[in-house]
Amino acid sequence: MLINWFRFSSPVSFYPLAGSWSYALGALAALLAGAGLVVGLWIAPTDATQGDAYRIIFIHVPAAWMAMFIYLVMAGWSAATLGFNTRLSAMMAQALAPTGALMAAIALWTGAFWGRPTWGTYWAWDARMTSTLILLFLYLGVIALRSAIEDPRRADRACAVLAIVGAVNVPIIYFSVQWWNTLHQGSSISLTAAPRMAMTMLAGILVMTAAAWCYAISVVLARVQAIIVERERGAGWLESLIDWRVGDDR
Amino acid sequence: MADFFAMGGYAWYVWMAYGAVALALAVEIAAVRARRRRALDELRMSLDPVAAPRRMERVEESR
Repeated sequence: MLINWFRFSSPVSFYPLAGSWSYALGALAALLAGAGLVVGLWIAPTDATQGDAYRIIFIHVPAAWMAMFIYLVMAGWSAATLGFNTRLSAMMAQALAPTGALMAAIALWTGAFWGRPTWGTYWAWDARMTSTLILLFLYLGVIALRSAIEDPRRADRACAVLAIVGAVNVPIIYFSVQWWNTLHQGSSISLTAAPRMAMTMLAGILVMTAAAWCYAISVVLARVQAIIVERERGAGWLESLIDWRVGDDR
Repeated sequence: MADFFAMGGYAWYVWMAYGAVALALAVEIAAVRARRRRALDELRMSLDPVAAPRRMERVEESR
């Protein structure tokens, strides 16, 4: 098993790999989302107390998990950027921010439309909701900071510092329901306790989470390809991946 | 079928949540693909300013 993983740390060899993974995972995400929606919207039973309003869980929980996880991955790539000064790690961090922001926005939006019928309000300044809103602002801050700095390498370092500092917010979101007395309910799923919901509900959430993973990786890889081309223009190697044929326009 | 769309009286909440997510993901996918295509078009322009616009025209025609 002698694979030279460092080969893929250079944009040259990473670009075609990113393309094929993006397509494969995009297709897988569509399949999983289709299955997850069938389970979540049709097969899973109506909740005894929340009626069918609870079905928002199948997008709300996966989106909220992804928003937090993508932030940690972005902070990880940011740390690699500061530590090793590698270009691709900064590009990965740059590519993750918009999808992370979208996931945070989806978590807040679907949470609002779930909160209204169950708690009687679209929004409350509850610890979990407020810290998730801060997460969205951190993503938007990283994106805005990048667009404000002209030199991409300086922008990489500035965004990396902001992303790493902001990472303290993620455990705050995660533990907020335990630390404070929140309107938001506790964890839906625990690895240690017995499931408190129907198996089909749990299965729906897990399948939709897998779909969200595949979707996020797929779209981030496609975005990192665009970023590589934008930022490496002038590097001779890019010429080799250019296809001049018509009808093969990816 | 009407029962399904009624979502036990919670249609507004459930479909506003699911609809917005479907729209948001569709927009993100389209935006990322357009960004990648634009980056490649600009790269072709910088490599061959004569051939690149001709190719773009042919791509337009083939659509």
